[in-house]
Amino acid sequence: MSVRVGVVVFPGTNCEHDTLAALERAGATATLVWHSEERLEGLDAVVLPGGFAHGDYLRPGALARFSPVMGVVARFAAAGGPVLGICNGFQVLTEAGLLPGALVKNRGLRFLCAPARLRVTSARSVLTCDVEEGTELEIPVNHFSGSYVCDARTLAELRDAERVVLRYVENPNGSIDDIAGVTNAQGNVVGLMPHPERASHALLGSTDGMPLLRALVRAAAGVHAA
Amino acid sequence: MSVPASVEEPQPEALTRTEPQPQPQALTRPEPQPQALTRPQAQPQSQGLQHDPQLLHRSLGLTDEELGRIVRILGRHPNELELALYGVMWSEHCSYKSSRLHLRRLPTTGDRVLVGPGENAAVIDAGDGIAVAIRIESHNHPSAIEPHQGAATGVGGILRDIFAMGARPLAVMDPLFFGPLDDARQRWLVEGVVSGVSSYGNSVGVPTVGGELTFDPCYGGNPLVNVLCIGALPVERLVLGRASGTGNLAVLLGATTGRDGIGGVSVLASAGFGGGGEGGGGEGGGHDAKRPNVQVGDPFEEKRLIEACLALLDAGLVVGIQDLGGAGLACATSEIAARGGVGMDIDVSAVPRREPGMAAWEVMTSESQERMLAIVTPETWPAVEELCRRWEVRASVIGTVTDDAPHDVLEAATQGSGPFKISGRLRIREGDVVVGDVPASSLADDAPMYDRPIRAPAGLVKHRADDPTASEGRGDCAADLLAMLRDPSWIYRQYDHQLFLNTVVGPGGDAALLRLAGPGVPPSERGVAVTTDSAPRWCAIDPRMGVALVLAEAIANLACVGAVPAAVVDCLNFGNPEHPEVMWQLSETVDGLADACRALELPVIGGNVSLYNESTGEDILPTPVLGVVGLVERLRHRPPPVALPEGSSVVLLGSRRAAGDRPYPLGGSRWAVECRGRRHGVLPTLDYEAHLRLTGFVGSLVAGTVAGGETAVERDRPLDRLLDGVHDVSGGGLAVALAEMALAGGVGCHVAGVQGHKELFTELPSRILLTTTRSDELCSRAAASGVPAEVIGVAGGDRFFVDELVDISIVELARAWEGSLATRMTTRLERA
Amino acid sequence: MRFAARVEVRLRPGIADPEGVTIERALPALGFDDVCEVRAGRCFRFEVDAADGAMARRRAEDLAHRLLTNPVIERSEVELIALAPVGEH
Repeated sequence: MSVRVGVVVFPGTNCEHDTLAALERAGATATLVWHSEERLEGLDAVVLPGGFAHGDYLRPGALARFSPVMGVVARFAAAGGPVLGICNGFQVLTEAGLLPGALVKNRGLRFLCAPARLRVTSARSVLTCDVEEGTELEIPVNHFSGSYVCDARTLAELRDAERVVLRYVENPNGSIDDIAGVTNAQGNVVGLMPHPERASHALLGSTDGMPLLRALVRAAAGVHAA
Repeated sequence: MSVPASVEEPQPEALTRTEPQPQPQALTRPEPQPQALTRPQAQPQSQGLQHDPQLLHRSLGLTDEELGRIVRILGRHPNELELALYGVMWSEHCSYKSSRLHLRRLPTTGDRVLVGPGENAAVIDAGDGIAVAIRIESHNHPSAIEPHQGAATGVGGILRDIFAMGARPLAVMDPLFFGPLDDARQRWLVEGVVSGVSSYGNSVGVPTVGGELTFDPCYGGNPLVNVLCIGALPVERLVLGRASGTGNLAVLLGATTGRDGIGGVSVLASAGFGGGGEGGGGEGGGHDAKRPNVQVGDPFEEKRLIEACLALLDAGLVVGIQDLGGAGLACATSEIAARGGVGMDIDVSAVPRREPGMAAWEVMTSESQERMLAIVTPETWPAVEELCRRWEVRASVIGTVTDDAPHDVLEAATQGSGPFKISGRLRIREGDVVVGDVPASSLADDAPMYDRPIRAPAGLVKHRADDPTASEGRGDCAADLLAMLRDPSWIYRQYDHQLFLNTVVGPGGDAALLRLAGPGVPPSERGVAVTTDSAPRWCAIDPRMGVALVLAEAIANLACVGAVPAAVVDCLNFGNPEHPEVMWQLSETVDGLADACRALELPVIGGNVSLYNESTGEDILPTPVLGVVGLVERLRHRPPPVALPEGSSVVLLGSRRAAGDRPYPLGGSRWAVECRGRRHGVLPTLDYEAHLRLTGFVGSLVAGTVAGGETAVERDRPLDRLLDGVHDVSGGGLAVALAEMALAGGVGCHVAGVQGHKELFTELPSRILLTTTRSDELCSRAAASGVPAEVIGVAGGDRFFVDELVDISIVELARAWEGSLATRMTTRLERA
Repeated sequence: MRFAARVEVRLRPGIADPEGVTIERALPALGFDDVCEVRAGRCFRFEVDAADGAMARRRAEDLAHRLLTNPVIERSEVELIALAPVGEH
């Protein structure tokens, strides 16, 4: 049986179908999970996709973290299940406290949709475990609030534990330490602002997102087997 | 009948006096201010209904003759509510009363057309069970008042037109027109409009994949914000805005109803309120009183509304559906009833409000955003309610479909002078009290149609003689080229242009090329291409030829991405129709478009007319914007880029010179207008046969590239690598086309044999640049197709070199390109 | 009693505030060279039913802390005004 990945849909989420398609290209069987779900049975990984959950009103992710599904996502993560937050999904994970730090408005105070060059700076996560450190990837960003911030102590912790998994080669949004993606201490919860699903097909100009998504699916297969 | 249905287009001359905004204003409004909602009521009553009852119709934008027509239709004097309904529905904006007569001349039929003009959006058959819905609209005047919300609600409105057809909105394009950027107010407008499109479009989840950007002083007081949207649907989900089935329920979906935008369409979109637009009447305060409450968009509400409506349609729970745009419920209820030939009974007290104390006429004419009207059967209502609850979309039964023909009024009508169409009655109740009762179709279809005076402008002959081709000297070609370069990425980087993983060629290319795919759309390998084009500088010289050249350019753009053109939509932005010269421009444009469409075998399947675009009595240049949609059979590979790959030959396809004594005409060119201030002269002409040969040849070459091979082995690599770059020659001529190719890849070129500045800058149509490493093969294949082809140079190096004309470094080119927009917009705060 | 609450949310000191900085940078050109230390934030208003002011403040602070503020980057100040008894305002 193939690996099953749930893609969570909040009202206002808009990248769910794209993410689902890319995960299937990466070999998973992906299903949409409505935000009111209180169970995640039979899933080997969970992805919180991009979009504007609850319109991004108040703060991106601030209302979504109160959805029933987030309680189960937290338990799933605590049990070691792979959880990935892409863009708005990353914002939700930080609001929910599953990842440290926060994402604030871009330095330029404007929305930015553009290709970004990233460097894989740590392979210690479910998203980067199959990619060699130092590898450069071209994956688009698409956000208004993508500037990662955290306090000095958190930053030191992230660095020491090699939990910064992706950095921008050219920082597009003012993120501290060029951070594009971070993971939790166990490496099973990852958030990143760039959209790997948008670099999943040669027609779209880049397939650099695929090694990341395939790594996630492989990590989920490990959970599946166990 | 080529009249599109509902439109968003409040208001003319209020704006014409807003113009000299003090600079600091721009700075004090970085955020959209929904002040309309909190501001002490903009006296809704006094906007019309407290006037002298004898003159009430005038303050609602109706003439005495129009009132007479209403009295004949009803067989009695209308009450205030009814008058308000006619006021909004018979406005220029909703009824096209000045343009309808002319629009009839456009060809609207074709093999692929499933739904032509008159519905919420037009629909074509794209094959494989997929239909494509398309619509274009203007939101000019709202954007001039409040650029962020004006542009945002423009996007919201057009999306509703698309999903009202059962289509999932897949992409938006936004042609924008402003005054020059050295004016702080223009920068404020650009910033606001772009942020409005960005915040609404991105958040609602529809990519903005292209557009256009034009600067001209004529738009300084009256910017144009047009928006085009395409959507896709399985053919069987196609639904029309028609009510049917006596006893069926009229259900209002989405946002609550407030006083937003009341009177926008009538009082402000039609001339005549308070005495004309020539600066007479009240300044200042008077202007403020006319300003409609600004509508505020809520993309999150719209996103849920899209999902709920498409889910309702998928579940087969909807009989007919219609969006609420200009003129709100008045328009939606009368149009959906009129199209279905039924009556409707509406209870305004069942409409959920966001403000207390609203009168029935306010509820009926409110333009609150993010609302839809669905007709459902009583049996399915519980399922509808349930589904809407899941998407957190409000759903309220506000009326029923009826079959009562309005006999009494009909009789009066048929006895009277009008050949009025028989239809059901639109009865409006407030609880048990009937507050209005009119034939539905009289609102939707029986508006007067005007044959306004037409007169060619006085200086026409003299202006044509004033041609820059012979009389303007060469000057500094490099400087002229640099002045015309403009990188639009400052704008499109603010738009999500990639959502749905469909965008193969996005903004910045010749045309947007998308996979024709989306949630709920049948799987296929098809692609759809869209372009929007305009050239007001051409249309100002000769609207008839100008619009034909615009259409030709659009088709060339589609050819560059391998698409076969399928249909046209038009957004006709013009000045004051009471100026006979403006009506001449409109009439000439329609004729030019009709001729060109016939010659190129394309139907005009929908459109929008925006009139009264003027400021301080000056009309804008005639600005028809064309949206052309094209189809690609099989999209497996990316088309050749706009690029100059190192070592490739640069081949110019198409005739290099025009016949006659003006081989390189410069009249109407960007070079003449922008670099030399010469706005008159004669346009190049168009050889339709030659144009079709050229675009057919390039289109099929590129289509071969994107399709790839037939066999499984060949499938993953392009079959025909003959081309490695392609770009059409348009505004700015050969110089700008070559420069854009050089800039895209940072590679220079060495071009020779260009006949002086005239050939460098002429905008002679029907020319496309290709790059290839097999130029002999390309030229002989072109010759076999009857297309002239010539190698004009070679790509490579770090200099942009055109023998004897231009020799500059790519770095310098890039500096001018990138600086023109981004630098000026980014530094706005420091400079103001 | 019903109390009106006003919650002002601002970025914590040390968190970059590009909005505030941009506004401040524009001020000299407008003749406001005497203005400094501009900070952007947001303000929420709501009403709360409570037995007394202390209880109302606790509820408002709780709401501000749990939802309106992201403590990683923001802090808030709550201000309270008593209104008329419920139903009479």
